[in-house]
Amino acid sequence: MDILEIFVSLGFWAALVRMATPLIFGTLGELICERAGVLNLGIEGIMTMGAMVAWMWVYQGGDLWTAVLVAAVFGALFGLLHSGFSVYLGVSQHVTGIGITLLASALSYFAFRMLLPDVTTPPKIDPFKPYPIPGLSELPFLGEVLFTQSPLTYLAFFLVPVVGYGLYRTPLGLALRMVGENPMAVEAQGIDVHRLRTAAVMLGSAFMAVGGAFLTISVFDAFYIGMINGRGWICVALVIFASWRPGKALLGALLFAAFEALQIRVQQSASAFIPYQFFLMMPYVLSILAMIVMSRRAAYPKALLVPFRKGER
Amino acid sequence: MPEAQQPAAVEAAVQPVLRLSGVTKRFGALTANNAISLDLQGGEILALLGENGAGKTTLMSILFGHYVADDGEIAAFGAPLPAGSPKAAIAAGIGMVHQHFTLGENLSVLDNIVLGTEPLWALGQNSGNAKQKVNELAGRFGLDIDPQRLIRDLSVGERQRVEILKALYRGARILILDEPTAVLTPQEVESFFATLKAMVADGLSIIFISHKLNEVMAIADRVAVLRQGSLVADFPIAEASRESLAEAMVGRAVELPERETQSAGDTVLNLQDVSLRDSAGKTLLDNVSLTLKAGEVLGIAGVSGNGQGPLADLLSGLAAPDAGALQVLGDRVTKVSPAAMLNRGIGRVPEDRHATGVIGDFSVEENLVLEVYGDSRFCRFGFLKGAALRRNAETLIEDFDIRGADPQTTTRSLSGGNMQKVILARVLTEKPRVILANQPTRGLDVGAAATVQRLLFAACAEGAGVILISEDLEELLQMSDRVAVLYQGRLSDSMAVEEADLRTLGLMMAGHGPGEVGDAP
Repeated sequence: MDILEIFVSLGFWAALVRMATPLIFGTLGELICERAGVLNLGIEGIMTMGAMVAWMWVYQGGDLWTAVLVAAVFGALFGLLHSGFSVYLGVSQHVTGIGITLLASALSYFAFRMLLPDVTTPPKIDPFKPYPIPGLSELPFLGEVLFTQSPLTYLAFFLVPVVGYGLYRTPLGLALRMVGENPMAVEAQGIDVHRLRTAAVMLGSAFMAVGGAFLTISVFDAFYIGMINGRGWICVALVIFASWRPGKALLGALLFAAFEALQIRVQQSASAFIPYQFFLMMPYVLSILAMIVMSRRAAYPKALLVPFRKGER
Repeated sequence: MPEAQQPAAVEAAVQPVLRLSGVTKRFGALTANNAISLDLQGGEILALLGENGAGKTTLMSILFGHYVADDGEIAAFGAPLPAGSPKAAIAAGIGMVHQHFTLGENLSVLDNIVLGTEPLWALGQNSGNAKQKVNELAGRFGLDIDPQRLIRDLSVGERQRVEILKALYRGARILILDEPTAVLTPQEVESFFATLKAMVADGLSIIFISHKLNEVMAIADRVAVLRQGSLVADFPIAEASRESLAEAMVGRAVELPERETQSAGDTVLNLQDVSLRDSAGKTLLDNVSLTLKAGEVLGIAGVSGNGQGPLADLLSGLAAPDAGALQVLGDRVTKVSPAAMLNRGIGRVPEDRHATGVIGDFSVEENLVLEVYGDSRFCRFGFLKGAALRRNAETLIEDFDIRGADPQTTTRSLSGGNMQKVILARVLTEKPRVILANQPTRGLDVGAAATVQRLLFAACAEGAGVILISEDLEELLQMSDRVAVLYQGRLSDSMAVEEADLRTLGLMMAGHGPGEVGDAP
């Protein structure tokens, strides 16, 4: 298959939008945490946890949308754990985040094995079906690419302007941005810095978990070990790429998904003379290059990684 | 009195807007505020004067609800003020501008001002209204600023305007300003004072915390002096003089150090057409030439950010010139490094004593040998000689009168003045030929500043040349033999201090050449 052929194929563009979905959830979630001044490296584990509990909920006979909610609640709980250490105790956000990732992914695999001890091939569920939006899905090309997707994909795209509006047009969003810039200024207005940061980390973590759930209850129909496969880490990089702005986060997620979708297709056509590992590597290399270009003048939140302790200057 | 015609106005003039009665605050054994009673009248500027640690900031923190007083009462506009609540203070019309700003760098001016003034859970913001109100306040008090700009693009003076607007936006009628001029240039101070006058004309009352006597004399209506937690003086400014205020602050007469003029010796430092660029290619120093002779003080004036930092880096060996020649004691320096500069006899008193002057977590004895620890006096076979370090520290603590310190004291716990003495002891004991003193008295009280100046003069008398970088023009004029002005990386020709005055220097700092000064408005 020629590169040009790939770019004109509907399948490529539809796959791009689908592959971007978990990244949009994850990047928005990480962005909310970091805007409040807390780096959340628990993202990889929280996505795994979201993927597992959502799948398990449906497997046990639960409803798909309730599964999304359950994933969000589990994500928020791990967010609460993260902020207990990093916000209230003020310990290293890096160490806590990695710890959360190790804990949440190991717990997910453990629970999966405990609940389903005897299965050898991963059991399947009935996942979300693509929902063609009446009218819009009839559009040529766009209809199939944008408007014949999983409901969770619509939700992800819808959340981008919602998060943008929330951050930039509401008093709470202003307080959240300020707490990542200068917690002292927030405290001086009688707003509790620790509670605000905790709320942001919990909300962001809920987003991450839904991103994970999308993989098991929308794209695939099974949960298996290692399925998040570094998507969480990509989201952490995408936040920097996005200069902590929701709109650019969407752009970054789409760009990375494009590299990924392209990679799969080029691999099939050209693998005869180029080792496939080269194509596997491509999205990451291109992301790093894009990040270098995009984030050179990024203004990172000034209080990111800085714990706030009352009464200290 | 015009008020006599209106009974209501008489009452307003008689009743103070703020009344502190018997306010006492103790921290353990230390009494930070001892039964302080103080009235603030409507429309007056009250200067609260005192040395560092006299209890000014503690008193204002109690007023603003950061601390709760152990005893005493506060009433604002005749109503008792609930203790320990900044919210109650704001509601009572009290606004405070802290010495350290609390602003979000990457947020706009408007964002910083409106934060916390709207219900947190509202689904939208009325930024149009807010912007109009900010512009209206800014226009009324001469605090011009574009509400859309980001804080990180603002100068320090502009940031201060944002802090004042923040207080005014919340309806403050009593404004507390904690050391507001410490960060301003002379020109900014002028426009800042104009703002203060506009505010009192509008009926606001202002408490102005300071330890700069000349400013207090210039702006205040009344002055209250705190010393060691007690109110020692409270009188109209007309009855005060610089000398009486200084004496009240320190508790004894303060003599500014004088030194007899001496003939300048050999050239110890010479810069010829030195240029310095940063990594992005931006010019930091532009063809700077200067000559420093033994026994003289060369003052470098300038608004901060005009090349003082790069000049200090250059002389400290932290940056190598991109062009031009640098000579120390007649030798051309080709290989630039901090160690090379030290070995050539340059002593450095850095600008920020906490960040680059001392290592706060190290002990005093360690900080005293930071620049010479490899010397055979203190080190043998790669191991430090503990006893030698201690003896060295004991001697220097004694000689330089470093108070509150023994060799093992953590340096962080020292006061600013004593920390500066540690740095000076470290520098001066090595008998440097050139001393780079970058803002050596910033943040120090009158007594400590005088000590620092005296020590530098003593080094001069022993044949060192001093480069004094300072934003305090009065200090420059008082200490220097010659003064030169840095503006946008260019250094003016130096002039004898007798030919320089505040006005000329101020204009040169704003970019006017010395020739045009006479014609400038």
